[in-house]
Formats: sequence, structure tokens, C-alpha cells
Amino acid sequence: MKVFSKVILALVVSCAFVASATAGTLEDVKARGELRCVVTTGLVGFAFPDDAGQWNGFDVDFCRATAAAVLGDAKKVKFVTSTGKTRFTKLNAAEGDVLWRNTTITFSRDVNVKLTFVGVNYYDGQGFMVKKELGVKSATELDGATVCIQTGTTTELNLSDYFKQQNMKYEAVPIETNDEARSNYLSGRCDVYTTDASGLAATRAALPDPSAHVILPEIISKEPLGPAVRQGDDQWADIVRWVLNATITAEEKGVTSANADQMKSSNDQEIKRLLGVEGSQGKELGLSDDWAYNIIKQVGNYGEIFERNIGTSTKIGLARGLNGLWTKGGLQYSPPFR
Amino acid sequence: MAENVSQDEGKTLSHLWRNKESRAVIIQIVTLVVILIFIGLILRNISINLKAIGKDFNFDFLFIPAGYDITFQPILDYSPEDNHLWAGVIGIVNTLLVAISGIILATILGFTLGVLRLSSNWLINKMSYVFLEFTRNVPLLLHILFVHAIITHTLPIPKNAISLNDTFFLTNRAIYLPEPIFESGFWLTAVAFFAAIVFIYYFKIWAKKTQDETGQIYPVFWISVAALFGAPIIIFLVSGSPLSWGIPVLKGFNFKGGLAIRPEFIALWLALSYYTATYIAEIVRGGILAISYGQTEAASALGLRKNRVLQLILIPQTLRIIIPPLTSQYLNLTKNSSLAIAIGYMDVVATIGGISLMQTGKEVETMLIVLLTYLFFSLLISAIMNFFNRKIRFKER
Repeated sequence: MKVFSKVILALVVSCAFVASATAGTLEDVKARGELRCVVTTGLVGFAFPDDAGQWNGFDVDFCRATAAAVLGDAKKVKFVTSTGKTRFTKLNAAEGDVLWRNTTITFSRDVNVKLTFVGVNYYDGQGFMVKKELGVKSATELDGATVCIQTGTTTELNLSDYFKQQNMKYEAVPIETNDEARSNYLSGRCDVYTTDASGLAATRAALPDPSAHVILPEIISKEPLGPAVRQGDDQWADIVRWVLNATITAEEKGVTSANADQMKSSNDQEIKRLLGVEGSQGKELGLSDDWAYNIIKQVGNYGEIFERNIGTSTKIGLARGLNGLWTKGGLQYSPPFR
Repeated sequence: MAENVSQDEGKTLSHLWRNKESRAVIIQIVTLVVILIFIGLILRNISINLKAIGKDFNFDFLFIPAGYDITFQPILDYSPEDNHLWAGVIGIVNTLLVAISGIILATILGFTLGVLRLSSNWLINKMSYVFLEFTRNVPLLLHILFVHAIITHTLPIPKNAISLNDTFFLTNRAIYLPEPIFESGFWLTAVAFFAAIVFIYYFKIWAKKTQDETGQIYPVFWISVAALFGAPIIIFLVSGSPLSWGIPVLKGFNFKGGLAIRPEFIALWLALSYYTATYIAEIVRGGILAISYGQTEAASALGLRKNRVLQLILIPQTLRIIIPPLTSQYLNLTKNSSLAIAIGYMDVVATIGGISLMQTGKEVETMLIVLLTYLFFSLLISAIMNFFNRKIRFKER
């Protein structure tokens, strides 16, 4: 009987534990001392582990920024990898606290999948990549082609819309991860690889001979990529929203990781509020007052994060384009820190 | 007095516990209660957590358009405008297709390997031994990825397709075969085929009766084969060959027309089959070895020829031994087919339990459908195999 009662006890305790795990995310993260961040299984420039096993990339830096804001240390992140298909389940099952994984905001994801999207960290659109030797110049010449797509993504849905509009036929090869898609594309299992243009640029940069592949000029969809959290925890959603806004405001105001300390004595009241010199915005969020200072000091502003990971100086070489600040003709615009 | 009563009660309880039979019943009741509590807690947890993230439990999502593509849909038609329910049905059909074709090939391969393993030829014996051990000790997933990689990386792209007689084409996107196109009048051939089956059934009964009465043995097997193939072929030719072939032709990026068998299907089918075949081989070997050699000698002594010994003495007894473990291998194969997702074969896990799940966020509902699908297939296979088992069971007279 002793064994029995122990088993029962273990079951009851584990059930109770699971039920309580969905309380306030902020308290959970603070108690754990570690942020669990859901990222892709590997996309160069956005989220990928380097030779030493360190995670790098655009989305990874936003994970680190979130950790810097919440825990004061950008290193306290545990990366939870997920494919396009499992990401929302992982987030909803509380395996991760926040999703920074080039995820497109759509109506059905927001409403039906019960997620809260809190902003856009990359404005993207779906494109096509083909081998140069095919001699294809435009996506309208792709009638009858075999197309590799990642399953469980918006690109899958756009693709069938686009080909129907153009009155063209295609054969789809659904693929689970970016690595597999790359292998199938290289072996010639498919003629075309389609995903977000940023993902194509990143994938091409990692191919053996990037110059042998072209990204076609057509962009067939809007893909606003942004972070998501579980629905129903407004405080946590606010935190992630203002982490993103802090990086954008910092760039707009010229605050960088290099000059963050000098900027504390700036005359600009918004910079002072941002860096926690004046006001108590951190406390109102449930964080320390230097939360944004920690982000900028340890990770950098939006422009720094962009240039370091995917900018023109990297081998991925993406221009700012739509992702420039609103003051420079782009769409990145943060509400004021007031 | 009161003390005495409670003492008695205490005695009765401990007495119940010491009694072997009542103790067994108590333990069973407690176990059942624990299991029910556990299931209840899980259900409670699900409903609390679903409510916490604002989700409900319903199957309405099945009727909204799925929007995604399914590469391989050889039997039923599907387009992205169809709803999630239909996408799930396509997935179930694909699962069934690979399971049934896998079971057939695994059985053939398994019996062959099992017999080869008993061969007295040293080389054949050892080669099959090495193959069995190598295959069984590598995870199935690796076999699937291995076969898929071989197909997609060694076969050429459609432009450089390997052509056999300009009718069959091998490419890394599909193996293209001519497609039969039935013309009016083909139904006569089909009728002839089914008539032949009926004829064989009654001929077998008649031949057995004749043998019992007169002792004369007819070559039942060869006559059956002749009827099965002869009748449809004669009718087919007489009715003017009402069948033509759609030959695949390279147009633009891909071949058009003909039957396309995708590498995902081939890889999954082959890997599942040869992996399961290695287990079946060992079952078959065990079944054959279990029958004492004395039976063969006794049958020979009665004057039965070698093939009659095999047919009448050995195979019926072997089958009796191997059917139950064979059933569990068939179940394994069916359930292992869910590894399809690794290479993008769109089975029930990849469609309704994968993409539909992701797009609608209905984890509990979609997974329930997938679970029930596998449960239904497993029970069906068990039922068929149990029926077969009863038919060939040793009947004591």
C-alpha cells in the first residue's frame, strides 16, 4: 500500500503543479531567474547556434533584450526551439514565455489561436528563390514548378492564393524545417524555395555558392513579423511590447550601447524617462527603473541589433527598407515614452 | 459493548485483508479508483487550462477551408479550398495506403528473409543474418531519412530524367509510370475477373469433395491461376482491348500525365517494410523451427510429396504459431507510419494533427481525432487477424 499512496501523491502533486504554471508570467520568470524564449530551429541571421553553441541572431537579440529588461541580465535566456508547426502549441503550453520567431501576425492567429501579438520587429513579404541556371526572371514564369514550402506557415497559404490569381499550376513539397527545405532545394527535389524574403536572403547566404541563386523580384504578401505572448496576461504583454518600443525609441533618440551612460545626463526628457533617470516607468511595468537602460547597454538599440545580425555589412546583407525608422522613410515607429 | 463492536469491525477489515480472494478484489477496486481519479484530474486540468487561455472545445473548425497543399493524393482529389475535415480524410487515406502496402511488402520480405535465414547455404544464411541485425539495430527514423536521401540525391532532376523505353521515368521528384485509361467496354474484363474468382471458389470446394470421395487430386493451384488470368485476358482481347495508357511527358519544369509516385511515399513504404520485415523474419524462423522434424519425416513416410508436406503439414502449423506475433508487427508498422512527418509525407499526423492543428489552434480536438484514427485502425487490424487466427486454429476432433 505504501507504493500506492506514494504514486497517488505524486500524481496529485504533478497535476496541481501543471495547473498553477499558468499564473503571472512575470512572477514565473523572476522566480525561475531565466527567460524561456521560443525561437526557430535555425535560420542564419535570425536565430541560429554558432560553432560554440551560442545562439545568435536578430530574434535572439530581442530575446536577450527581454531578459535584460526583466532580469537585468541579457544572458539569462533559455532558448526553446520550435518548428513552424509547433511554435504556438509550445507557447500556449507554457514551454516558453515569449515567442520571438519571425512569426507573421494574422487575424486567425490573433483571434483563433489565442495569441497576443505586441508589435512588429520586422516588416517582411514572401518571395521566391530559384537556381540561376533555370533562367527564370520573374515569378510569373513559374507555371508548373515544384515549390518547397515550410508547413504551418502563412507562406503556404499565400502560395496557393498567388498561383491561383496568376492562373498557374504548381506542385508543393511541404517541409518541416528550414534545414530540410535547404537540402531539398539543393538536391533539385524542388525548383523554387519560397518563404519570407528575409528568410530567403538568410538561407541563400548559407548556401555553398550564394551567387548561383536568385531571389525573384516579386513580393507576393505582407508578412509583419512580430513577438507573441499567451493571451490573458496583459502585464507580460505590456512588458514585451515596450521592450520592442524601447529599442526603437533608443535608435530614434540616438541612444546606443556605447553612449547609454553619457545619455543619462542628456537634456532630452524622453531619453531621461527611457533610461530611468526620471519618472518610475519601470516600476509601473513591474520591472526595475533601469530596465530599458539594461536593454540598450547590454544588447543595443533597434538599428544596432539590425546591422549586427542582418544588415548590409553582414553576409545576409538586408537593407533597412521598410524597417527603417519612420523619420527615414521606414515603418518602425514607437509610441512616445510618456 | 461499544468497544467490542469496533474491535469486531477492525477484525473484519483485517480479516478481509488477510483473505487472499477478498484482498485481490480490494486491490483491484483501489487501482480502478486511482486510475479514474488520474483520468479525472487530467480532464479537469485540460478544461481549466483551456479556459485560462480562453479556448473552447468544439469541432466547428473542421468545416473552414484548410488552405494548405497536400503533395500526395493518389486516390481522392483535394485542393486548398477544401475544408480541414477533407484534408484530414486525405491524410487518413495516405496513412492507410502506406500501412496496407507496407504490410503486404513487409510480409513478403519477412517470409523470404525468414526462410533464407534457415538456409543451409552458409553465404545466404550469413548475409541475411547480417542484414537482419544491421536493420533491426538502427532506429526506423534513420532508415526513412536514409532511403529518402538516397532517392532525392541520387536520382536526377526531371530535365535529366532516366528514361526506360520513354514510358517510365525516374526522377528525384517522382517515379512516373504510364497511367491506365479505361475506355468504354472495360467493364466486361472486370466482370470476367470477378467471375473467375467465383469459379475458383466453387472449383476448390468441388475438387476437395472429389478428392475425399475418389482420391483423385486436381492441380487446383494451376487451374486457379489459369482462370484468374486467362478469362480476363481473353475477354479483354475479344472486346477489342478497351484500355490505353497515358504516357508521362516532360513539359516545362515537370512531367505531365501518367502516374507519379512521390519519393516521400517510396521512402516511407520501403523503410517501413524492410524494417518490419526483419522482425517478421525472426517470427517466421521461430515458427518453422518450432515444428519437430519428425512431422516431416512422418509425412514423407506416408508417401506425401515434398510440396504436399509443406502445404498440408508444415505451413498450417507454422501459421498457427506466427499469427499472434505477426499481428503485433502489423500494428507496429501502422503506428510507425506516423514518422511520415519527418520527410513530408502527408499522413494523418501531418495534415489534421499538424498543419490543421497549427492553423486553428485546436490542439485537443485535432489530437483526439488522430488518436481515435490510430485506435480504430489498430482494432481493425487486430479484429481481422483474430478472425484469421480462429480460422486456422488447431481444431481438436
